[in-house]
Amino acid sequence: MTGSTPRLRSITALAFTLFASACASSGATTGSAAGADGAGVRLRTEALASAPNPDPRVALAPGVFDAEEAAWNLRVVSKTPPSSDFVGGINSDLAFAGDLVFQGSFSGFQVWDISEPSRPTLASAYHCPASQSDVSTYRNLLFVSGEDFGARLDCGTGGVRDRVSPERIRGIRIFDITDVRNPRYIANVQTCRGSHTHSLVEDPSDPANIYIYVSGSAPVRAAEELPGCSGAPLTEDPNSALFRIEVIRVPLADPERAAIVSSPRIFTDLVDPPSHGLAPDDRAEMDLQLAGLLAQGLFVVELDGQIAQLSDELAQFWLDSLVSARGGSGAPTAADSANLRASAPELVARRQAVRAAERGGPAPGPTQCHDITVYSAIGLAGGACEGYGFLLDVSDPVNPQRITAVSDENFSYWHSATFNNDGTKVLFTDEWGGGGGPKCRATDPREWGANALFSIEDRQLRFRGYYKLPVVQLSTENCVAHNGSMLPIPGRDIMVQSWYQGGISVFDWTDPSNPVEIAFYDRGPISADQPRMAGSWSVYWYNGLIVSSEIARGLDILELVPNALLTQNEIDAANSVHLDHLNPQTQPMYVWPSSFALARAYLDQLEREGSLASARIGAVREELRVAERAGGTARGEALSLLASELDAETGRSRDANKVRVLATALRELARS
Amino acid sequence: MASSSRSARSPLGCALLLAWMASGCAGASTRRPEAAAPERADPAELEALYLARTDSARMRFSAADVEFVSGMIAHHAQAIEMAALAPDRAASTAVTTLSARIISAQRDEIAWMQLWLRDRDQAVPSAPSMSGHAGHLPGMLTPAQLAELANVRGLDFDRLFMTSMIQHHRGAIAMVQDLIATDGAIQDPATFKLASDIHVDQTTEIARMEQMLAGMPPGASR
Repeated sequence: MTGSTPRLRSITALAFTLFASACASSGATTGSAAGADGAGVRLRTEALASAPNPDPRVALAPGVFDAEEAAWNLRVVSKTPPSSDFVGGINSDLAFAGDLVFQGSFSGFQVWDISEPSRPTLASAYHCPASQSDVSTYRNLLFVSGEDFGARLDCGTGGVRDRVSPERIRGIRIFDITDVRNPRYIANVQTCRGSHTHSLVEDPSDPANIYIYVSGSAPVRAAEELPGCSGAPLTEDPNSALFRIEVIRVPLADPERAAIVSSPRIFTDLVDPPSHGLAPDDRAEMDLQLAGLLAQGLFVVELDGQIAQLSDELAQFWLDSLVSARGGSGAPTAADSANLRASAPELVARRQAVRAAERGGPAPGPTQCHDITVYSAIGLAGGACEGYGFLLDVSDPVNPQRITAVSDENFSYWHSATFNNDGTKVLFTDEWGGGGGPKCRATDPREWGANALFSIEDRQLRFRGYYKLPVVQLSTENCVAHNGSMLPIPGRDIMVQSWYQGGISVFDWTDPSNPVEIAFYDRGPISADQPRMAGSWSVYWYNGLIVSSEIARGLDILELVPNALLTQNEIDAANSVHLDHLNPQTQPMYVWPSSFALARAYLDQLEREGSLASARIGAVREELRVAERAGGTARGEALSLLASELDAETGRSRDANKVRVLATALRELARS
Repeated sequence: MASSSRSARSPLGCALLLAWMASGCAGASTRRPEAAAPERADPAELEALYLARTDSARMRFSAADVEFVSGMIAHHAQAIEMAALAPDRAASTAVTTLSARIISAQRDEIAWMQLWLRDRDQAVPSAPSMSGHAGHLPGMLTPAQLAELANVRGLDFDRLFMTSMIQHHRGAIAMVQDLIATDGAIQDPATFKLASDIHVDQTTEIARMEQMLAGMPPGASR
């Protein structure tokens, strides 16, 4: 909290007097893991249950390929520098298929075979410059984003010098990777603003095509270069390339015929999108302050997260109105004052609405999204769109509809979205400063350049808290919230995320009001004295590995180390999930196959939470051990019996739901 | 497990490093992390290649790029000057928060643009010396406008601050658009990223300020 005593400011007549309230920024804490939950858990390794203190990430020694490193609860499996042509380039996003990792680069893309994760081998290095070369893959196709003005259709390195040129590509390049060692550049789709990022969308009712949502936030190119491109406001040109996204349809049998099929104006009528409201702590403090001021006899209301006092003139005007409304005359009574105190919020809201209407028209919304994460399993997408976070209905992929929007006073630039696995929460990142700035210094507020965590309730977004890398970084280290993905830890919402040169942070946001870091990996800066662009651009979980695209250093592969905050059983259960491919902007829903590890993971969680008596935990563990050894019918019977016993015990646990989930897992295991 | 490991750099690595970067070894660590993968290229050779490549990539710039970057330093300097007025004058914390973020963001970008110019052996304007005499740049406030802004308080300040900053930001966007419309400009991805980030950040901030203006409490005098 920025907790300060409310200050009264004097304003002109009829204006509200605003208090500088304590509510401008939330105090969601993101501090050390502190190991509070570790009690009673056996340490199976020497891993630490609480964040190391002092934090070893502070002031790591610099180096391009030999910077000092720090890791907690993560192990480096391999660090692979870029292939020769790509050294000195800028690595960007990742996509995965089988044992292959596609790594975009401003110089083109590289394909790594990670069947031996400790020794990735280069399958292909395709030199074809464009920023940012975000990649995604579908079957035999690879899609690559191009946005800048120097990218050439022929993949040449000479740039495009003319303002209007037939040689320029801004949009999506399409490669055939049937032979991944020899990708073929087969087509491209040009767009007005280029493609900064893109997201693949499958339409279950349309298996012959794959769709691409194109997000491009750069300026609109000249109409002489691509006919129809207009950067005019919508009021001047209804066909403006602003205020829309592009949807490309790619016929899988004939990808050369890929083309834009719709340009949904998902930003239209974004009238007065709500600020996300206060964090619970701030809410409580605001209520307390309001109550105190009302008790002092002041006429105060909450206005956009601040306390505002009615000016004397306005209060008098409304009091007089109340007097005449009850047919009275003369001075207002105490009852009139109480009436005004109660009705002031509504009166103010009405007055605000009138004023806004007088000013005319809806406020201009965003003109593009930076990134859209499509979560088809729940029919939703999260759009990170300039000053707003969107929830989109994508049940008709060609015509995404905006369901709701939020803004946030602390957010500079909404960058990307990640849902939790069951789709009840969503996390938005704020790439304050665009990724090149050092936004993790001691002087940078904890709520700026952070993640904002929301619960999804009735398809509306409810703000819960912030998470920012909980360690100070140097001014030579670009550091801000960036890309990541959920880890398939059953029963918990755990995410791994890139923070550029702030490194990689793994955190638990099961309780979105209290996210907690549980693991990290970090390097020192590139240079001792100059800020240079580097760090983890993206990091994603893929089949037991944590794969990071390091902008300058190459491809890093890490894995989780079991510890009190994350047990071997939880890691084993996670690693039982298998993905055939992964385009992180098309979020997969994790489904856990039945396994003893899954049951034991839930059991470990019940123990960590202290939700089941430790004697009972021990007994269930023993029964599981016996059942696993037994095999056959005996196993099934033992597991079913145990499940029934646990069902009967839910009332005795503080986490009845998890006990039920455990029982279900045992029943499914019995059948498997 | 917490680990923080260093090992010795090779003398060759240090020599090469010194050749490329004057102070690279001064603060060098004495240990290096374990090599996780065998048969990798020598870090010193990779580093030499990295430094040579990033150096030569920077040489792809035009006079228009230099003019844009130098001008934007002056442009940013005035935004900071405007935003610095807010803490003593603004009525709403939303405006104070906005101005604090403008100061922080644009100060960082100035440092980045100064480095951009230094990297390319161009004259580096210092921010304060530039803000006063850059009236030819789009969107810049005149000295009279600046003085007026400094003289108002409360909601009057909030409103004038935001309308002035919108004018100022629109100027920065115009500068980006002018740059894009120049043959031969903006060929280096680093320059594109700078221009594109400014374009999108300030577009976003304009929308935010327009929304804040629309929602301002009624009744201020201007």
